[in-house]
Amino acid sequence: MIKRMFERLFQSQVWRSMFRHGLPESNRTRAETVFYNFFLHVHPTKVRKRSIRFTYTWGLGGLSLGLFIVLTATGALLMLYYRPSVPQAYWDMKDLQFVVSSGQYLRNMHRWAAHAMVAVVFLHMLRVFYTGSYRSPKEFNWVIGVFLLVMTILLSYTGYLLPWDQLSFWGISVGTNMVRAVPFGMGETISFLLLGGNVVGENALIRFYVLHCFIVPVAAVILMGIHFWRVRKDGGV
Amino acid sequence: MADDKLNDDAQPFTRRYFLEALGGGAIGIAATGGVILTARFLSPNVLREPPSKFRAGNVEDFPTGSVTLNKEQKVFLVRANEGYFYAVSAVCTHLGCIANWKSEEGVIACPCHGSKFNKEGKLLEGPAPRSLPRFSITLDDRSQLHVDKGVVVGEEVILKV
Repeated sequence: MIKRMFERLFQSQVWRSMFRHGLPESNRTRAETVFYNFFLHVHPTKVRKRSIRFTYTWGLGGLSLGLFIVLTATGALLMLYYRPSVPQAYWDMKDLQFVVSSGQYLRNMHRWAAHAMVAVVFLHMLRVFYTGSYRSPKEFNWVIGVFLLVMTILLSYTGYLLPWDQLSFWGISVGTNMVRAVPFGMGETISFLLLGGNVVGENALIRFYVLHCFIVPVAAVILMGIHFWRVRKDGGV
Repeated sequence: MADDKLNDDAQPFTRRYFLEALGGGAIGIAATGGVILTARFLSPNVLREPPSKFRAGNVEDFPTGSVTLNKEQKVFLVRANEGYFYAVSAVCTHLGCIANWKSEEGVIACPCHGSKFNKEGKLLEGPAPRSLPRFSITLDDRSQLHVDKGVVVGEEVILKV
């Protein structure tokens, strides 16, 4: 009875319009399952058993992606209650902690996942280094990985200002003063553009918010797309 | 013969090439303009930041030998034992934290990374690369002190009252 129900489902037009190949029962349909699925299509049709051994990769790249997804989901929810303006930012953060249902949980999840992502991305880099996976033909993917590490750190740093407390304020004051040390008069300009002024104020808050919630994540997603695609073309998982 | 060969190598100036160059040039100019406009957009023209000139207070408010921090303006108003005034920046030259006056030790100390300055603003120790700058200070006819943070002066400049 159940078997007949499934057979009817697999033969229905709706199912066949979504999955335009048979069940993965032969080598051909197994390959088609990978080719014709948006989420799987970047995978190679065959991988070496050695390279899918867990203790080879420790799943660190996948964990980084998982944390990024957690951060995107929790971050999008936090945005619903947070207003990036000087009179409101700190109190909105406090409201998230004490007034909004599950707000404290979401904020803490966002914070811990952010810390974990920096650690996991760094461990991933170490793993790639120790297994020599940066060597030809994967040199360029290592370079993309370095940029992804920079994106991770930038996301952490831009998010640092948003609670608008003393730690945020002085953290960004110190950081943007470090930027001023860039030679050839560039430092002053970069710092001015980052802060949208000479002091950490309203302009700085909104700039860091836009960088944190839109510009850096979009750049990271594009880099991640290239990174994953190249991993797969080079025979990784 | 040699002329024929030259003509073979030379690209003929076709209509297609002309239109491609025209289109490409137009896109190039538009893209350059876009980059310049975006770069200028990113730099604000009006800043709503605290003004650099401010009134620091009445001469009588500052006893001789006192160091007073104006928290809002981040400036120390110092009245030396001899009675003259000068204004020292409270923004640490290391990474921009606000330094505090420690009256017991007689130093201006930064809480962030431990730089220390004497009450003239001279660097004593710590990671700060320079001494604290001094700002122009003036007295009006109603014995009010005015400081202009836009004007940095040497340490020989003092305000005798």
